[in-house]
Amino acid sequence: MSSATIPPQFEIVDRPLDTQMTISMGPQHPSTHGVLRLELVLDGEMVVKTTPDIGYLHTGMEKLFEYKKYQQGIVITDRMDYLNPLGNNLAYVMAAEKLLGLEIPERAQTIRVLMCELQRIASHLVWLGTHALDIGAMTVFFYCFREREKILNLIEAASGGRLTPSYFRIGGLMMDLPAGFENRCKQFLNDFPPAVEEFHKLLTGNKIFQRRTQGIGRISAEDAIDWGLSGPCLRGSGVNLDIRRANPYSSYEQYDFEVPTEPDGDVWARYMVRMREMKESHKISAQALSRLKPGPVKADAPKVVLPDREAMKSHMDALIHHFLIVAEGFDVPAGEVYFPIEASKGELGVYMKSDGGSKPSRVHFRGPSFVNLSVLPVMAEGEMVADIVAIIGSLDIVLGEIDR
Amino acid sequence: MQAGPENIAPSPEPTPSSESTTPSPLVTALQHEHPEWMADVINAFGETTIVVPREHIADVCSFFKTLPDARFDFLADICGADRGPEEEPRFEVNYHLFSTTKYHRIRLKVLLNEDDVHVPSVTGVWRTANWHERETFDMFGVIFDGHPDLRRILLPDDWQGHALRKDFPLRGYEPYSLK
Repeated sequence: MSSATIPPQFEIVDRPLDTQMTISMGPQHPSTHGVLRLELVLDGEMVVKTTPDIGYLHTGMEKLFEYKKYQQGIVITDRMDYLNPLGNNLAYVMAAEKLLGLEIPERAQTIRVLMCELQRIASHLVWLGTHALDIGAMTVFFYCFREREKILNLIEAASGGRLTPSYFRIGGLMMDLPAGFENRCKQFLNDFPPAVEEFHKLLTGNKIFQRRTQGIGRISAEDAIDWGLSGPCLRGSGVNLDIRRANPYSSYEQYDFEVPTEPDGDVWARYMVRMREMKESHKISAQALSRLKPGPVKADAPKVVLPDREAMKSHMDALIHHFLIVAEGFDVPAGEVYFPIEASKGELGVYMKSDGGSKPSRVHFRGPSFVNLSVLPVMAEGEMVADIVAIIGSLDIVLGEIDR
Repeated sequence: MQAGPENIAPSPEPTPSSESTTPSPLVTALQHEHPEWMADVINAFGETTIVVPREHIADVCSFFKTLPDARFDFLADICGADRGPEEEPRFEVNYHLFSTTKYHRIRLKVLLNEDDVHVPSVTGVWRTANWHERETFDMFGVIFDGHPDLRRILLPDDWQGHALRKDFPLRGYEPYSLK
C-alpha cells in the first residue's frame, strides 16, 4: 500500500535488516489455539523460518488405550479433538466394528450421520469465531457461540454430555434419541441458514478481513497433497477430495451433498470452503432427519452390545451378558485395520491392532490437525508475523488431537 | 428427500471405491516387476498389506507413487507398533497409502528386530512423512536413516526411553521434571 503523507525529509528504507531475530510465540499465546509454541526466525517483520514445538498437551492417550477395554476407549477419544468428539467416537467404534464384522442397523447409521454433521457445524462455528477473533473481528465470535450453544444442547439432549458425549458405542448407539429431539433439531435447522447469512454479512464483505486473508499462506494443490493436507485445507487448494465420497462409511453414499472446493489455496479459500461446508452439513442433517425411521439402534450381537435395562430384569441371559461385558469385556478377532473418516478438520484415521483379547494391542490416531500443522512452516515462509495468526486460524488446529 | 443416484456424484470423478475393493492388481504388478521387494502379502478385513524388506521400503513407496495404476500420491499415516519384548521381529512400521485420484488404499509393513531398528526414511517420497517418522522415533525408538531432522516431537528432548514400547510402564519410570 502506498501512502502519500510521508514527509519528504524521511528516507523510506525498503530492504531487509542485516540481522535476524529469533522469538518464541506461545505456548500461552491466545492465537495459537491451545498450547502451541512456535520458534520464529524473523527478518524485521518477515518470517524466515517457523519451527512448531508441540507436545505440551501430551497425555499418552495411545498408551492408555492399550490398558483399557475396547468399550472404555471410547471415552478417551472424546478428549482428543474436543471440538469434534462425535467424529472421534465414530472413527474409533467403526474401526472396532470392522474388526468384529458387525452390521449396524439403519436407524443407528442415520443418527450417527445426523449427529456427526451437527458436530461438524459446531466445530466449524468455533473455528469461524476464533479465526475472526484472531484477526480482530470480535463480534462474529459471539454470534458463532450462540449458534453452537444450540447444537451442544441437542448433543446434550441425546447423550447427556455437551463436550464429551461418548454417544456412539461399538455396535450402535448408547441409547435412542429422546422424545421431542426431532422437533428441536428441526427448529435448529430452520434457524441455521439465516445465521450463516449473518456470518457472511459480518465477515465476507469486510474489506479488512479480505485484505488480511486473500493471498496469505498460499499452498499449491501438488504441495498440499505431498504434505498430506486433508479436509477443508486440501479442498481450499482446489483438490476435490472428501472421504465421505471417496471411501463412504455409515451410508454416506446415500446422501446428496456437494464437496465445496476453492482454487486459490490461501487463507481466504479455506475460509470460503468451510463457510460453504456448513451449508452442506446442514443439507445432510436435514436429509438424515427426514430418513429417520423407527427401528433398533443397536446391532444384534449380545456378546458385544450391552442389553436393554428392561431385558435385564426379565431375561437371565441378558443379565449374564451384561455382567460379562462390563466385568471382562469382549474378545475382538486378531488382526489390524485402518479406518479413515472425514472429520471436521480432515482425514481422521484410526489404526487398530488386536491380539484377540479384550484390550487392543495398539490404537493409533492419524489426527488431521497433526498433519495440517506440519505444513505451517511452508505456508508461513515469507509472510508477516501478524499473518501467522491468520494462517494458524485457517488451519483449524486443535492441540488436544495433535499432542494426544 | 431420498437422494436419487443421478444427483450424487459429479461425472468426471472415478467411482467411489469402498474399503472392500482390494487392489490386488497392484500386488501382481509389484510381484512382476520386483519380486524381491515383497516378503509377504496379507489380505484381511478387506485391506491389503504388503510386508516389505526394510531396505526396499523407500523403493516400494516411490514405485507405488509413480505406477500409473496405483498413483499412491498421498501418505495418510505412518505408525509403529510393538509386538512385545519377547517377540522377534519385535517392531512393525506401518505405512498407509492413499490415492487422491483412484481412492484406494494399501498398507505397507516393515518388520524390525529389536537390536537393529533402522529403516530408510521416506521423506524423499512424501514430505508429510517428516512428522510421522519423528513421532514413530519418539514413541518406539525406530531410527529413520536419511531423515532430515530426526528429533523427539511429543515428548521432551531429555526423556528417557520410548513411551509406547510394551516394556515401558504406563506411569513411567520416575516422575518427570524439566532439567
